[in-house]
Amino acid sequence: MGPAFVVAREDLPDLVPLLQQSGYQVIAPTLRQGAIAYAPVQSFDELPAGWTMEQDAGRARLTRRPDGMVFGHAVGAQSWKRWLRPPAQTLFTAFRENGRTHIRPNDTAPPKLALFGVRPCDLHALAALDRVFLDAAIPDGPYAAVRASTVVIAVNCGTPADTCFCTSMETGPAVTRQAEVKYDLLLTELTDGAHRFMVLAGSDLGRTLLAGLKTAPATEEDEAAARVLIRTAQKGMARRMEARTAQLVLLGDAVDSRQWQAVGARCLACTNCTMVCPTCFCTSLEDGSSVDGATAWRKRVSDSCFTQSFSYIHGGSVRATIPARYRQWMMHKLATYREQFQVQGCTGCGRCIAWCPVGIDITEVARALIAESARAEEAR
Amino acid sequence: MKTETLEAVLKTHPFLGGLAEHHLHSLVSCAKNVRFEDGDYLSREGEQADVFYLIREGEVAVEIRLPEKGGIRVDTLGADDILGWSWIIAPYVWHYDTRAVGVVRALVLDAKCLRNKSEADHDLGYELLKRFAPLIEQRLSSTRMQLLDVYGRGAS
Amino acid sequence: MTAPDSFLPIPALIRSVTRETQDTFTLEVCPERQSAFDAFEPGQFSMIYVFGVAELPISISGDPAKQNSLTYTVRGVGKATNALVNSGRNDWIGVRGPFGRGWPMKEAEGKDVLVVAGGIGLAPLRPAIYHMLAHRELYGRITVLYGARSPRDLLFRKELQRWRKAPRIQVLTTVDYGGVSYRGHVGVVTTLFRRLRLDPAMTIALACGPEIMLRYVTMDLESRGLTQDDIYISMERNMKCGTGLCGHCQFASAFVCKDGPVFPFRSVAKWIHKYEV
Repeated sequence: MGPAFVVAREDLPDLVPLLQQSGYQVIAPTLRQGAIAYAPVQSFDELPAGWTMEQDAGRARLTRRPDGMVFGHAVGAQSWKRWLRPPAQTLFTAFRENGRTHIRPNDTAPPKLALFGVRPCDLHALAALDRVFLDAAIPDGPYAAVRASTVVIAVNCGTPADTCFCTSMETGPAVTRQAEVKYDLLLTELTDGAHRFMVLAGSDLGRTLLAGLKTAPATEEDEAAARVLIRTAQKGMARRMEARTAQLVLLGDAVDSRQWQAVGARCLACTNCTMVCPTCFCTSLEDGSSVDGATAWRKRVSDSCFTQSFSYIHGGSVRATIPARYRQWMMHKLATYREQFQVQGCTGCGRCIAWCPVGIDITEVARALIAESARAEEAR
Repeated sequence: MKTETLEAVLKTHPFLGGLAEHHLHSLVSCAKNVRFEDGDYLSREGEQADVFYLIREGEVAVEIRLPEKGGIRVDTLGADDILGWSWIIAPYVWHYDTRAVGVVRALVLDAKCLRNKSEADHDLGYELLKRFAPLIEQRLSSTRMQLLDVYGRGAS
Repeated sequence: MTAPDSFLPIPALIRSVTRETQDTFTLEVCPERQSAFDAFEPGQFSMIYVFGVAELPISISGDPAKQNSLTYTVRGVGKATNALVNSGRNDWIGVRGPFGRGWPMKEAEGKDVLVVAGGIGLAPLRPAIYHMLAHRELYGRITVLYGARSPRDLLFRKELQRWRKAPRIQVLTTVDYGGVSYRGHVGVVTTLFRRLRLDPAMTIALACGPEIMLRYVTMDLESRGLTQDDIYISMERNMKCGTGLCGHCQFASAFVCKDGPVFPFRSVAKWIHKYEV
């Protein structure tokens, strides 16, 4: 990490053409269908300057903000995983010729992506996905190919939503655990006085990009303003999660808890939480063929542990009921993910809370489980 | 097969391990050696259960007759196994057919005699029940497993 | 296996299809490229691709010493498995793998080995039995307990007879139901345990079958003095990718496809009696 620089609000848009000239497709927050969502942009103007997204359990709403902040919202509806591991990907096509089967890999060149506006919580999610897909004994080929040509422009978060609990998960609101996350540039948006961005480069590529922008060295006042911004964000964090205790309880007697029935009765098994979760990585493989049976293909598609078919083995599904599926998901997020990959499966981004149609709040369920476990402990 | 006194056989049988000397004597006085040829019935469904068997050698099939299918074998008992608990539960009627598969040697115990002795000496009755209850539990659990048809198409 | 290849089936020619029972068939297949399969471990599985239909996790049931071909025993129970068992000689399929951890053949050396199989569960254990018979001096007494639904559902019947003739091996079969003319043992597989003289300190148990059978087999073995470290079981979950990346086969914190399918019982004992894990 080198010295901090400052880029004026009116000069930051230059970063987009800089990236484009290097062949990157820029993915950034945009206004889509009444929400903030990450999507390809042609210019910086498409970013939601002056907008924020209020979020609460089962609720997300766009509202204006008078300060004109570009990143004055918390996380977008969908996470970045949508771009790194698309919801549907063809893995190979197969065809029959002279009685033999030929299998041809999908050798489409991976896109060069610039992820523009990645929050610290989402940086941790990227680190988690990297751990899952890249550090595996047999790494994930398609993910590795995309990831190798991805540039990450991160943004420290001064504007958490009411669904956020990154302070509990130690993933934000600012990048603090440098060793665990990777970014090329890290921005901090400052609106005290002149609207400007403090910028840090985290890689050679970042330094090259920075060299292409109009910058000034950051002053003590800039640094102080950034600290105030982050401290305010920390203090304003609306939700909490006792992550360590939750993990212990989930790996302990919570497996038999009555809470699962209660939350299962509300859960619609709609899969929204797993779709928006930045670390959920489950996929399914789908095989298809042409009508004449001469050609076939396999696609990898997003899947969710909330579906009935997810755990199907001969005879039926292992997790036939919704309470069991919610338990599986929550255990994975807060307990077993860490056992499997030595990183936590929850970043505190709060998306699962906002986008749950019935407003199930994972922090609330965790509290109920912890309380129940404490009561049981007392009774013993 | 070695020739041993009934007492020696009963004394060393795992099923009767730990039984007091005087209780063993009571059993000996109610026991005798029997031999069955292949296909012989050891019990018939519906008949009075006035005996039980301690199998010493050979195998015994437990069968249920089905009018439309002939019959099925649902259990096999072999050396050291106990055949029959119907004698201990009123109204003392055999629930299954049991048949020798090949030659079977067994000790047969006179249940009427044992029931009378158990009434007179509840300690003996308790010692016997302590041994028969686990047996019934094992057969029940096996039966439940069979009922699940775990290898069948609709299983799990 | 390199990364991009992990999703690509290797085309394989079916050399023979042998009917084992009414619904179960053994396929011998010859992959176009062998390398990865040259030394599979007993207990490992493959993903088998039926052209355009589906991919299925199937245990390797053949002899690990046999080169140039792979053997799978498959029960036709659904659309995909039926498509596979209805394939014929000279049809092409695809294979990926081998995947997962197999039976602890090294740890079992010098010990008595108790093999407990139920139904199609004998298939993944057969390579372990082949291996032990081929290296007979490395293992103590071998006992094979095998339970099936009915006499006609018993797999590998000729082979069971052959194994019975090998030195220091006892092979006992049982069925849940037999006809009145069936002279073999009837009763669930755990009823065979009382026929055994086990030396718990010297014994390692390898078990595979329906999960419910495994729950009772492990309980019974523990009551006979085996520790959870002496017992290994092969688990079944919905394996899809085979490499721990798709998430489907999770069992608590394990991925059955890469951390299993064979587990030391201690590592799964905590969860196996819980509902819907």
